[in-house]
Amino acid sequence: MPTIYIDNKPFDVKTGKNLLEACLSLGLDLPYFCWHPAMGSIGACRQCAVKVFKDEEDTRGRIVMSCMEGVKDGLRVSINDETAKAFRSQVVEWLMTNHPHDCPVCDEGGSCHLQDMTVMTGHNYRRYEFKKRTYTNQYLGPLINHEMNRCIQCYRCVRFYKDYAGGKDLNVFSAHNHVYFGREKEGILQSPYSGNLAEVCPTGVFTDKTLKEHYTRKWDLTNAPSVCQHCSLGCNVIAGERYGQLRNIVNRYNGEVNGYFLCDKGRFGYEFVNSENRITQPLIRNQTIEATTHDKLIQHVGKLVSGHTLIGIGSPRASLESNYALLELVGKENFYQGIPDDLAYVEQKIVDVLQSGAIHTPSLKEIEQADAVLILGEDIWNTASVMALAVRQSVMKTAANHTTEQIPLPSWHDMAIKELVQETKGFLANMTVLPSQLDEIAATSMRAAPDDLARLGFAIAHILNPSLPEVPDAGEMINTQATIISKALQQAKHPVIITGTSCWSNALIRAAFDIAAALNGGLAFVLPECNSLGLAMMRAPSFDKAAAHVQQTTNTTAIILENDLYRCIPAIEADAFFSRCKNIIVLDTLHNRTTERAHVLIPAATFAEADGTFVNNEARAQRSSQVFMPANKVIRESFKWLSDIKALQTTAGNGHERHPDDLLLALENRFPQFAGINKVAPPHNFRIHGARIPRESHRYSGRTAITANMAVSEPKPLQDDDSSLSYTMEGYRGLPPAPLIPFFWSPGWNSGQSVNKYQQEVGGMLKGGDPGIRLFEQTTTLPTFYRDVPEAFVPRPDRWMLLPQYHLFGSGELSVYTAGIASLSSGPYISLSKQDAERSHVKDGDMVSVKTDGKTYTFPLSIQESLPDGIVLLPAGLRGMDALSWGSWVNISTEIV
Amino acid sequence: MISHLRTMWLVFIHIFHKKVTIEYPEERAPLAARWRGRIVLTKDPDGGERCVGCYLCAAACPVDCIALQATEDEDGRRYPAFFRINFSRCIFCGYCEEACPTYAIQLIPDFEMGEYKRQDLVYEKEDLLIDSQGKYPGYNFYNVAGMDAGVKAKGKGSNEEEPVDIKSLLP
Repeated sequence: MPTIYIDNKPFDVKTGKNLLEACLSLGLDLPYFCWHPAMGSIGACRQCAVKVFKDEEDTRGRIVMSCMEGVKDGLRVSINDETAKAFRSQVVEWLMTNHPHDCPVCDEGGSCHLQDMTVMTGHNYRRYEFKKRTYTNQYLGPLINHEMNRCIQCYRCVRFYKDYAGGKDLNVFSAHNHVYFGREKEGILQSPYSGNLAEVCPTGVFTDKTLKEHYTRKWDLTNAPSVCQHCSLGCNVIAGERYGQLRNIVNRYNGEVNGYFLCDKGRFGYEFVNSENRITQPLIRNQTIEATTHDKLIQHVGKLVSGHTLIGIGSPRASLESNYALLELVGKENFYQGIPDDLAYVEQKIVDVLQSGAIHTPSLKEIEQADAVLILGEDIWNTASVMALAVRQSVMKTAANHTTEQIPLPSWHDMAIKELVQETKGFLANMTVLPSQLDEIAATSMRAAPDDLARLGFAIAHILNPSLPEVPDAGEMINTQATIISKALQQAKHPVIITGTSCWSNALIRAAFDIAAALNGGLAFVLPECNSLGLAMMRAPSFDKAAAHVQQTTNTTAIILENDLYRCIPAIEADAFFSRCKNIIVLDTLHNRTTERAHVLIPAATFAEADGTFVNNEARAQRSSQVFMPANKVIRESFKWLSDIKALQTTAGNGHERHPDDLLLALENRFPQFAGINKVAPPHNFRIHGARIPRESHRYSGRTAITANMAVSEPKPLQDDDSSLSYTMEGYRGLPPAPLIPFFWSPGWNSGQSVNKYQQEVGGMLKGGDPGIRLFEQTTTLPTFYRDVPEAFVPRPDRWMLLPQYHLFGSGELSVYTAGIASLSSGPYISLSKQDAERSHVKDGDMVSVKTDGKTYTFPLSIQESLPDGIVLLPAGLRGMDALSWGSWVNISTEIV
Repeated sequence: MISHLRTMWLVFIHIFHKKVTIEYPEERAPLAARWRGRIVLTKDPDGGERCVGCYLCAAACPVDCIALQATEDEDGRRYPAFFRINFSRCIFCGYCEEACPTYAIQLIPDFEMGEYKRQDLVYEKEDLLIDSQGKYPGYNFYNVAGMDAGVKAKGKGSNEEEPVDIKSLLP
């Protein structure tokens, strides 16, 4: 470990870091703009200048950019040197010459890196008296706002957008002091990671357009650590509330999961919390006055619950606490997963694989560090967007690592490495049903039906471990691909196989497992919803079993927890189920087709209004904390409603509400697979020096005026009994434990860049360890290989296999409540392969009908050039679309309707 | 004893001094223009609201008695959707005026705000907004800001060059 001397004080620093990273990791303040921990150094902004001395005798020294200087033993540096300080303040003054006088109307104000750095360098009066350069802005779509005047030309936006995220439509134009960052023509930014520009940009050029609709400064938000609800990756987010509305989502750094970046669906898909469509009133239907109160509702439900056969339908998007509370209420034998049998089977297989301990499932960070990636059948671009970003990093970094092994270049030296690497890339095999943007960086890719992809997987596994069965009649394509891929995987030190549930095929899971087990590599799964794995781990039967159960009884009361069954169960089956239930009790947040069927409708809290624990795709349990208490007191967490109903049944309850901790403890005791989950976050009575952790910043404003229009006397601050976070500005102001960081802030660091101060080392893990508990780790268990190779996929005459096509924007149940995301969603369509379309004599745009689940769906045709023959694709989960029997064989009629 | 007499003497000669107290309310004390009294929201020379909803007054307020919500018109000009001051909490420190970057919020020489009900001391935007520029006539924030919010186009500000032609490489 080299020792460097900063202003004559010795510090031990880590090898291979640059001086800027080293100084920031030591907690020293040094201003910077162009450097970003995830993107390395380019030395463009000249802001991080320090003085380096030759030796102890050297008094003169020389100014260097600390981000471009590696640490070495005995290095003598001065941050506080007068010349270095003058240099830095001069640089910021230059950068500020054209910066407009906009801060009061700039959305970045109060969380602005440029403001922080300007104050840090001490530049407080403008001496520049000449005219300022101006630019015209561009319309960049419904999610990102552009105000180019504020630019300081640090190039971070294009380095993120193009280099890091692989976007193509944001670029740098013009020259010298006219440099312009934007699109060639006005238009919607195409990259699904464009929202990160708002955080990457050190000033207010790119800002969150959804926040602009209800603008609030960072210091006025009531924040809490939360977990993204829109896919199974469980990215950590900070959600902010003001005046009873969720106002924005920003990234919450978690070194193992999302790192510094989110996808646009996660960042902007929060508006459902504020939706007009929220259920705000408990209803007992089929009586003169349907709206009711908490007490009357509980009384009424008590009658429905006792003396009836009770079944509970759980939810992959509800928290573990709520699902478990339902399980406790109805009993283990009456608890069902609210997902179709086929999907439940695939998910069960995933849980089996993970629980066996035979393989390692990598975190997103480990996927970034993989040196060969095989994607088997999962469209991660649409179903797990941030994982696609991680895969991109693996592809880019593998090549960089190979280069730096040969030529001693430090890994942070971004431009130099890019020059050396040029177009060389690491190994990625993208084996999916449909093409995606990942094909551009893939070494090899193939389009095939799910069964053929699984056969490819088994062929690879056979090459890797010849004791596994050979794929019969594999064909040339599969054999060639298998040879290429197996060779690359064998050479890799950290290979990762990615598969998932979006093809509804368990053969893919088996094949992926065989490859990963033969290689002893990582195996990552993608599941449909934010708590799919948590629900699957409870090992409850599927919805189909529940439907069979109600067929046998006439006296059923069904309790459906936060689950729109019509989104995953074909309408005909869901209708049949509901018509057999005598009483239907639904707890949910938003009105939907399932809540329409409810006899008793209970308003549940969204993730922002509830504490909850979610298990992500790598079986990492993560706590999402309540951001705000709804003013409407009847909106409560599902587990609280269910506990109230449970309390009617037993006399054991003493009237005390149970905390999420207690529910998790009970869950852990009942199901050993959840062992350790109770440690996911500090308990509700955790205090630091007797103090809670405040959700509000110390600058939180308006405390005595917010509700003064209703009553001039201030109300008592809200009490949160379920966590150690408080609803006040008072409390412990030091570093909270990592799972309870409500927002990132540090003196002098108001922007999100203050995360540096929360990390053990810059870009490393958070102090005290990254949040989340991994429930399954690899053990010494030997893998039991699956040897059942599926039959090859054969297109059938006049029958097509129906498969879902997921869309990042549009397929989510909740995210489409954000108007911007809804506007980016595609309309319904039917996709066929080119040959199939030609054979059926239909053209792009013709109306085509698919008959399935007792209904006919007629949509315009969209021909997919590379779709395998014999498959018909329909978009899954678009608003208003029924759930279909994915994987079944359907008829297509092409008559003009 | 002597001290008692001295005190009585001093009180007695005060009868002949000029009176400091005035017969309020018949007679009014002269208040300086910068006297810190009732808070108002002023308007631009063009009649638009000066407040841009930047939240700096609320952040500066030591008793947190200002709450507002910023919103935008179709030109992108920010204004407060609501602006509330709880005068029953206000200590008239003037920090809000000091923090205000647009001269919108101003303290004026008026202190006659007595109410029987404390609730009546909660002032909303319609109570605060006056049809005047207050102490700083002629100032319009958007003329000096870089943004185009319907007041002046990009590059038309007094200290601005015409927008850059990004298709040109000429210096």
